[in-house]
Amino acid sequence: MTTVASTSASSASGVPELRVRRWDRTSVVGTAVLALAGLVLLAGPYLFDVGTMSQLVELFVYIIIAAMWNLLAGYGGMLSIGQQAYIGLGAYGIVGIADLLGVNPFLSIPLAAIACGIVAIPISYLAFRLVGGYFAIGTWVIAEVIRLIVGQVPAFGAGAGYSLRSLSGMDRSLRISLVFWAALVVLIAIVVACVLFARSRRGLALTAVRDDPVSAATSGVAVQSSKRVVFVAAAMGTGAAGAILALQNLRVQPTAMFDVQWSAYMIFIVIIGGLGTLEGPILGAIVFFVLREVLSPYGPLYLIVLGVVGIAFVLFARKGIWGLISARRPVSLFSTGYRVTGLEAARGRAGGS
Amino acid sequence: MNIIDALIQGILLGGQYALFAAGLSLMFGVMRLVNLAHGDFAVLSAYGAVIIVNAFVISPLIAVLIVTPIVAALGYVLQRFLLQRTLEASPLPSILVTFGLSIIIQNVLLLTMSADQRRLTLGPFDTASIGAGGLHVGLFPLSVFLLAVILLLAVWWFIQRTPYGRLIRAVSDDPATVQLSGVNPLRVYGVAAAIAFGLVAVAGIASGVQTSFNPTAGSSLLLFAFEAVIIGGLGNLWGTLLGAVILAVAQTVGGVFFPAQQILIGHLVFLVFLAVRPQGLLKGSVTA
Repeated sequence: MTTVASTSASSASGVPELRVRRWDRTSVVGTAVLALAGLVLLAGPYLFDVGTMSQLVELFVYIIIAAMWNLLAGYGGMLSIGQQAYIGLGAYGIVGIADLLGVNPFLSIPLAAIACGIVAIPISYLAFRLVGGYFAIGTWVIAEVIRLIVGQVPAFGAGAGYSLRSLSGMDRSLRISLVFWAALVVLIAIVVACVLFARSRRGLALTAVRDDPVSAATSGVAVQSSKRVVFVAAAMGTGAAGAILALQNLRVQPTAMFDVQWSAYMIFIVIIGGLGTLEGPILGAIVFFVLREVLSPYGPLYLIVLGVVGIAFVLFARKGIWGLISARRPVSLFSTGYRVTGLEAARGRAGGS
Repeated sequence: MNIIDALIQGILLGGQYALFAAGLSLMFGVMRLVNLAHGDFAVLSAYGAVIIVNAFVISPLIAVLIVTPIVAALGYVLQRFLLQRTLEASPLPSILVTFGLSIIIQNVLLLTMSADQRRLTLGPFDTASIGAGGLHVGLFPLSVFLLAVILLLAVWWFIQRTPYGRLIRAVSDDPATVQLSGVNPLRVYGVAAAIAFGLVAVAGIASGVQTSFNPTAGSSLLLFAFEAVIIGGLGNLWGTLLGAVILAVAQTVGGVFFPAQQILIGHLVFLVFLAVRPQGLLKGSVTA
């Protein structure tokens, strides 16, 4: 894991060795702390009461959907305002797969996610005809179309919604514990997948596409297919979150599940946390969660505050809270980049001789 | 006969959609800015008219004359002091800031005006119609359509035929070069925003007479405006009018066959156009 690829090892001539590292102290500590937190949370049902677990499930859902929006926008440069399509489809996927087909509800989570991924493929061909702000509105239109269609299916309870039956026979605390574990497993899988993706060749290619599509294309990056992979992956992750929400609430209703407010939440979390960083969505979701607990009694005022804070971050702190933290010194909880050490010493030596 | 009635209704409604769409298209054409709060400013204007009508007991026709310049000025100020800061190579900041504005406007309206449905009225003129044979044409929708065509013609004439319009086109092409000739492109952006906001104010108030509205009605107005722009072809004012008419006709005629599915049918027709003719019906050349 702690690979140290050494380059220009001309130490014989007195020039200090330059070292390229993937891991540094912050990412070793950060990853260790997160892994420990994951282990503690796995024991959650033995540690927390039912109310705390339900709240944590909501937090996990926020982290998942924000991480997926971050993947789309922060890495793929695709600003979607239509991700609520997959929250709704994931939730209704549970209705269809678990309740109507009778598959195990927890096994239905990955199946619903896969269904979302399949639906996202034809959607990507439509949405990718638009760019920038028009892409954003186009994805929103598509989400509306899906809401209007799903809201008319009689088997799904049409506009009135559907009450999930597959978990109804289960003991309440057992059910909440199982949903908690399921949400945690999905969350861990998604965070690990995002880290691996950011380290991968395709992740690097996509970052290049985001930063400069033309240069990336001329360097041989298959721009469209890279973006499509991310679009479909984000749909699957967001769909899994929708599926968890359905199991958590036991009630699925089209206007609530396909609400554009979900996109607003994802965007807000990513923007205040830090766009294009892996840490941002986690941090942002925690901040959002606390803000929500404090402000939600105030109704519309709460969303006004979110809007104002979000705009302020876009204008004055584009890289979010994580950007403010890592501006002073390079910090990263995950080892994704490479860092060259020994450079300063090498410069000093070169200047002296 | 029902279908022909619906067709006429759709064409007239298309004029109203075109008014929404022209503002969206203009701001994108001049400063590459997609304003996601576009529909919300229309709704805000309609509420502004409601307040003025209630406070001074005057007709919405006079309220339009008061609200439109105020909203246009708001557009100028917003562009100069907020939206301008978001303009850069990446569309990200402008999308996020205007989406944030949309959320703020909707919730400020919820907080101050309640979630109730509102409607503006012109008295008997709302429902007056002229008819021959079995056909009926609503006088108000007809007036809005004519007003829309007149305003679009005026905008077209202003941009294509006046010296200031030439300046707007020049800034749209190359702001840096325009600056060399001693013109402040930022002010030109402000003027373009003022025109767009003025159009949206008129459209919002007209729409508020035609149908009832609530604080969150702006989102669907944004979607309709966007669909009209894409169907018609980016950067073509007459394409936008054509796209708006096609969208509105799809809604009204579709509604004859499938009542209660009007919005869905409009969206689906848009998606068909997006799939088959993503570049739009008319070629874009002008700024708006």
